[in-house]
Amino acid sequence: MSALDRATAPEAPRAVPLELRGISKRFGSAVALDDVSLAVRPGTVHALLGENGAGKTTLMRVAFGMVPPDAGEIRLDDRIVRFASARDAIAAGLGMVHQHFSLVPAMTVAENVVLGGRGRYSAPAAAAVVQRAAARAALAVDASARVADLDVGAQQRVEIVKALARDAALLILDEPTAVLAPTEAHELLQWMREFAARGGSVVLITHKLGDALEVADDITVLRRGRMIRSGPRSSFDHDSLVAALLGEGSPTARAVASGAPVGAPHADTAGAPVLTLDDAGWRDASGIVRLHPARCVVHAGEIVGVAAVEGSGQRELLRILSGRLAPTSGRAMLPDAVGFVPEDRHQDAMLLDGTLIETVALRGAGRARGRLPWRRIAEFTQSLMTRYDVRGRHASLPGRALSGGNQQKLVLARELEPAPAALVVENPTRGLDIRATAAVLDALRSARDHGLAVVMYSADLDEVLSVADRMFVLHAGHLRAVPLDRDAIGRAMLGAT
Amino acid sequence: MADALTPFLEATVRTATPLALAALGETLAERAGVINVGLEGCVIAGAFGGLVAAGAAGAGAGLLASMLAGAALATMFAVCVVRLRTDQIITGTALTMLGLGLTGALYRTLYGASGAALSSPTIGPWAIPGLSAIPVVGPAVFNQPMTTYAALLLVPALWWWLYRTHAGLALRAIGEAPDAARVAGVAVERAQMLAIVAGGALGGLAGGTLVLAQVGTFAEGMSAGRGFIAIAIVVLGRWHPVGVGVGALIFGGASALQFLFQAMGWGLPYQLFLALPYLLTLVALAISRGRGRGPLALGRRAP
Amino acid sequence: MRQLAVLGGAALLAAVLLLAVVALAGFDAPAALQALWRGAFGSRDAWLSGTLVRATPLALTGLAIVVAFRAGVLNIGAEGQFLAGAGVATAVALATASWGPVSLLAALLGGVVGGAAIAGIATVLRLSFGVLEVISTLMLNFVAQYVVAWVVRGPLQEPTHIYPQSASLEMASRLPILLPGTRLHLGVLVAVALALGLAWWLAQTAAGFRLRATGLNAAAAASAGGISVSRVTAGAFLASGALAGLAGAIEVTGVTYALYDNLSPGYGFTAIAVALLAGLAPGVVLLTALLFGALEAGATAMQRDAGVPSVLVAVVEAVLILVLVLVERGRRAGWFTSDTTGEDPS
Repeated sequence: MSALDRATAPEAPRAVPLELRGISKRFGSAVALDDVSLAVRPGTVHALLGENGAGKTTLMRVAFGMVPPDAGEIRLDDRIVRFASARDAIAAGLGMVHQHFSLVPAMTVAENVVLGGRGRYSAPAAAAVVQRAAARAALAVDASARVADLDVGAQQRVEIVKALARDAALLILDEPTAVLAPTEAHELLQWMREFAARGGSVVLITHKLGDALEVADDITVLRRGRMIRSGPRSSFDHDSLVAALLGEGSPTARAVASGAPVGAPHADTAGAPVLTLDDAGWRDASGIVRLHPARCVVHAGEIVGVAAVEGSGQRELLRILSGRLAPTSGRAMLPDAVGFVPEDRHQDAMLLDGTLIETVALRGAGRARGRLPWRRIAEFTQSLMTRYDVRGRHASLPGRALSGGNQQKLVLARELEPAPAALVVENPTRGLDIRATAAVLDALRSARDHGLAVVMYSADLDEVLSVADRMFVLHAGHLRAVPLDRDAIGRAMLGAT
Repeated sequence: MADALTPFLEATVRTATPLALAALGETLAERAGVINVGLEGCVIAGAFGGLVAAGAAGAGAGLLASMLAGAALATMFAVCVVRLRTDQIITGTALTMLGLGLTGALYRTLYGASGAALSSPTIGPWAIPGLSAIPVVGPAVFNQPMTTYAALLLVPALWWWLYRTHAGLALRAIGEAPDAARVAGVAVERAQMLAIVAGGALGGLAGGTLVLAQVGTFAEGMSAGRGFIAIAIVVLGRWHPVGVGVGALIFGGASALQFLFQAMGWGLPYQLFLALPYLLTLVALAISRGRGRGPLALGRRAP
Repeated sequence: MRQLAVLGGAALLAAVLLLAVVALAGFDAPAALQALWRGAFGSRDAWLSGTLVRATPLALTGLAIVVAFRAGVLNIGAEGQFLAGAGVATAVALATASWGPVSLLAALLGGVVGGAAIAGIATVLRLSFGVLEVISTLMLNFVAQYVVAWVVRGPLQEPTHIYPQSASLEMASRLPILLPGTRLHLGVLVAVALALGLAWWLAQTAAGFRLRATGLNAAAAASAGGISVSRVTAGAFLASGALAGLAGAIEVTGVTYALYDNLSPGYGFTAIAVALLAGLAPGVVLLTALLFGALEAGATAMQRDAGVPSVLVAVVEAVLILVLVLVERGRRAGWFTSDTTGEDPS
C-alpha cells in the first residue's frame, strides 16, 4: 500500500523510448503503410498528423501489437521487440486509448480498469488500484460508477486511468479531442503536457493542426500511408504543416482543411419554409430527455449547419428533421419525403450483401405496391453511378464491393435523385479521402443551389462552416441559432452564452 | 402425502442433476457470448462415450470418457464458431444432428443392428453420513450418486470463479463487449474456446450421468432434449450459477411430478406439467426485459 | 447457377461421405450404396411412394425456414409449428368428418392457423418483449411436443383408448392420391406450387423486396426505405409458422391419416439443412428437399437390405450443413480468392 501513500505526489513514469523503423502494412491490395519510421522520445508529446485514412491509427495499432506489420521493426530501448498482441505491448509499458472507447458499458469503472489481470479478483482491491492510478495522474474518476452512466469525457478519463493503472509510460491517444468540447479538449492537451513533464510520453493521433501545434514537441505527418515529414515542433509552421498534410496543388482540399469557406455563403437564402419544428422534443425509453422542445425552420435553398459536442442530442434532432424519428413532444412539419444520409452508412443506409440496384431500390420501398420495375431500377442505378462518379464495375455488384467513398456517393445520389424537398446529412465525409470529401461537399452546395433545404451536421466544425449559410448549435439537448462566427459557436457548444 | 414427498424430492434432485450439469456448462459458454445449441449433441455423445468406456474399464472411466466425448464435440463447435466465425445457431444445430446421428449409428454398429439394450456398470448412491438421516429431505438429497454432489458443488464453485477471479471477470466482459476485452489484453478467442469446451465437457458429464448413475443403459436419442432444456434453464436462471441451479430444480421438479401423480393415483395429464417449465421460462424472459438481461454480445457472430 | 453447382457438389459429397462411413464401419459399401439407390430411385414405387412423399414435408418446412431466415428471423421452431399444424388439422378433420371434402380444406386451413398461432407467440415475445426468437421457438418446440403427447392420450385419443394416437381420418378428410397404387398425394403439388410462387414473390414484388431488405439490413430498411421492420418481421414469422403448420397438416391428411407422438422425425430441424443447402432460394429448396428425401428413403432401404443404420443420414446431413456454412463463410471472407480485401484498415 505504499504506492497509495505516495499517491498525492505524482511520480515519474519509467522511460519508454519507442522507435518504429520501416513499417509496411497491406490490407489486401490496399497499401495502408509504406516504409514508415517514427521515434518517440521519453518526456515528450509526439503528434502524429494526417488526414482520415492516412494510416495514423494503423501505424499505432502496429506499435501496440494489434496489427502485425508486413515489414519493419519495433524497437524499445534500442532492442527489437515483437508484440504478438496488445497484452505484450501493455507489459512493455505502452497504453492506447482508442477513438472508439474500449470499455464494457455494463461493468463498473474498477472492473474495467483491472480487466485483463490474473488471479483472484476483489472489488475493494480493484477500487484501490483505480484510486491510486487516478491520483497519480491527477484525474477524477469514480471507481464504483457503471461506465454506461458516465459521459464521454469521464469515459475518456477512465480509459487513460486504465492505461496508467498498468504502468503505461507511453500513452497513445487516438483523436482524443474529437469527442470533447473545446474547453475539455484544452484541458486534456494541458494534461498531456504535464504527463510529459513528469517523464512520460504521449503519441497524439490527430487530424487537427491546431492541437498538434499547441501541444507537440515533435510532429510526424503521414499522407496516404507514407511518412511525409518528421521533426521537432520548431521546424514546422502552420503553412508548412498544411503543405505536408495535403500535398501541393489541391486548392479545394487546402481550403477545406484550413477552415476557409470555399464558396462565399449563399446570399439569397429566403426561400419558403420546408422543415419546421414546433417545440419538437424527444425523450428516450428511460425518460431521459435527449432533445428539449426545439423550434426551428429550414428554408428552401439554404444549408443549415448543426454544431454540437458528441451526444448533445444531434442524433435525435437530425432523425426528427428527416422524419426517421417521431418526436415524443411537440410537432415536426415535414414534406412527404426527406432525403437522409446517416453517419453510419453500413448500418443505416446500404444493403452490403445486396446488389447496388437493391440499395438504390430501398428508397421508397416502404410504400411501393405490386411488382417492382427491376429493369428500370437497374438502368437508373447505372446512370446514378455514372453521374455521381461512383466507381464500381457494374450495378449488380454487392454493396460491400465499393470503397467507403463510393458507397457514400451512391447513398447521396440515391437520396438526391429524384430530388426531395429537403436533405439531412450527418457526418457525410467521415472516413472519406480528400477527393471524395470535396465531391460530397460540392454535391451539397449544388443541392442547395437547386432549391433544396439542406441540414448538415459534422463533428468537424470547420467543415460545417465551409458550407453552412446559417448555424444551429446543440448543447445538452438545447437547440439555438448562433451567428456564423467560429468563436461564438465554440462557446455555444459548451453552453456558454 | 409425506410418503410420496421423499420419492418426489429424490426424483426431482435426480432429474435435475444432468440438467444442472449441462446448464452450468452452457452458462460458461453463454457468459462468453456463445449460445451452444450443439449442447444436446454433447449430452448424447457423453452418454455414448460413458457407455463404451464403462463397459471396458468401469464406471469411473465412463464418467471421464463422457466428459471427453462432450468436450470433443464442443471443440468442433468452438473451432467453427470462434476460429472460423460461422453462425452459432446453425453450427450448433448441425452438431446436435451430428451427435445424435453418430451415436445412433455407432451404437447399432457396435452393439448390433437391433440396438438391444445393454446394461452398463453404474455408480450407486452414496449416503452422506449424518445429513442423509434428516427426515424427508435427507434421503432425497443426501443419498445420491457422486455426480449429484458434483453438480451441487459446481454451483458455488462456478459462482466464485465468475465473480471472484480475474479469469471470471474477463469471461463476463467477453460476453458483454468482446472488443473491449481484447483491447484490455484478454485473449478473447482462447477464453471462448475454453469456455465452450469446458461447457461441452459438462454437457458430456450430464450424458454420462444419465447412463452411469441413472438409467444403466444407453438408448438412441436418450438425451431427449436435455441439452435444449439446459439452454432454457440458463435463461431462466439469468446466466447466474445460483439461478441456474434453482432453474434445474424447477425443471427437475416438473418432470418428477409424474412420479408424484402416479404415487398419489392422480390422473392429471403430466405431459402438460412437463410443458410448464418451458412456458415459465418464456414468461420469465418476457417480464425481465431490461433487468437481468443476458450478455450483450450473446449469439453475435464476430465480424 | 452457382447454387446448382453447390447442390451437385453437396449430393456428391453426401454419397462419398456415406460410403466412407459405411466402409469404415465395416459394411459392404457397394451393396449399401446399391440398396440406397434402390430405395430412393430404383423403382417407380421408390420414387413415388418413398422419395417424393418424404421430400414433401421437407420442402414445405424448408420453405418455412426460407421465409423466416430471409427476413432475418431465426425461427428454429419449425418442428413445433409442424406439430401444432398437425395437431390442429387432426382436431379439425375429426370434428368436421361429416362435411365431406370441405373437411379436408378446413383441416389444411386449421394446420395453417395452428402453425401461425404458435409462431405468433414467439412473434409477440420478440416484438413486444424483446425475447430472442432463437430461445423462444426452441422452448415452444417442447411445448408443442408435450401438448401433442397429451392430446393423443386425452381429448383426441382413438375411441378404444388403448393407443396413444388419434382416430383415423375419414376418407373425405384425406388428401387425394395422385397415382393409384402409390402413396403420392396432392401435397407434392402444393409444395411445388408454393415454392415457385414464393420464388416469384420474393424476387419480383415490392413486399418480397421489403422482406429481403429487412433480412439484409433491418436498420437500413427502416431508415432508408421507410419500411416498417416490425410489420415485415411479424409477417415473415407468421408466414413461416403457417408454412410449417401446413406441412404438418399435409403430413397428417396425406400420409399418416392420424396424429401420434413422434409424428415428425425432426422435419423442422432437417428443414434448416434443406433451406441452407438451397442458399435460401425457394425454387432450389425443391431440389434439396428431393435430395434429403431420397437420402432418407434410401437409408431405410439400406438398413433393411444391407443392415446399415439409417441414422447415418443424420450424420451426412450434419456434415453437409457444416461444410455449407463453412463454404458460405469462406466465400464472404474471401478465403477462395487470391485477392483478399481483408478488413478495413482504418
